[in-house]
Amino acid sequence: MTLADVCGILNAKVLVGKEYLDREVKSAFASDMMSDVLAFPKDYSILLTGLCNPQVIRTAEMLDIGCIIFVRGKQPTKDILDMARALGLVILETEQKMFFSCGMLYQAGLRGGSLDE
Amino acid sequence: MSEHIILTYEISAEDFTRAGEASSDVKSKLKLLGIRPDVVRKVAIAMYEGEINMVIHARGGVITVEISPEEVAMVLTDEGPGIPDVELAMQEGYSTAPDEIRSLGFGAGMGLPNMKKCSDEMDLETTLGVGTTIRMVVKI
Repeated sequence: MTLADVCGILNAKVLVGKEYLDREVKSAFASDMMSDVLAFPKDYSILLTGLCNPQVIRTAEMLDIGCIIFVRGKQPTKDILDMARALGLVILETEQKMFFSCGMLYQAGLRGGSLDE
Repeated sequence: MSEHIILTYEISAEDFTRAGEASSDVKSKLKLLGIRPDVVRKVAIAMYEGEINMVIHARGGVITVEISPEEVAMVLTDEGPGIPDVELAMQEGYSTAPDEIRSLGFGAGMGLPNMKKCSDEMDLETTLGVGTTIRMVVKI
């Protein structure tokens, strides 16, 4: 699955990183708590979150997560988007809620978070 | 790389949005030095957690990072309130962070245990009313 496919599934807007939509994605982590994202570091391609502050970008940076999806229609500020652009991240925004977004992406083949992995 | 590189950062607690800038700088420097990605990530996570803690709990502080061919050693020093019960603070899920910090996505009580998990060595010295010093080493 590519980030372009993810955009289609969630009817998401691309706020930053249109040029990287052909990137392959395999796994995702979803949380509003950055503490929890940092506590389970794996090779996640996507972070889904409803939290909207610069520490979301920093957290993704530390864990080498290349794409952040802001759910529930959260609108990041220009500062946040500038930080993401400088780091080469892809920022998507969807009106869909967290559970639905995760469910749709899981159904489409994205994985992550299982204790068996 | 035969020499030791020493980096020092003053961490300000005035602006939470800027927390993590020091960790970000160290991460990019380690990448440029060609350090293995798994080592870079461990250092980045450990230092970022520490930096966030300093901003939340200790009104900022100073972080010194020493990079040698064998290891990355970080020393985080603050003049904050100190940690009353270190054993309790090291337990996953225990946090004294106020709701305001939780609403910013931190304070789940995972910081200190995660710092220990990401580093090969970690020492913590703390005195109530004086401050806390944490030394973490990640082997290269």
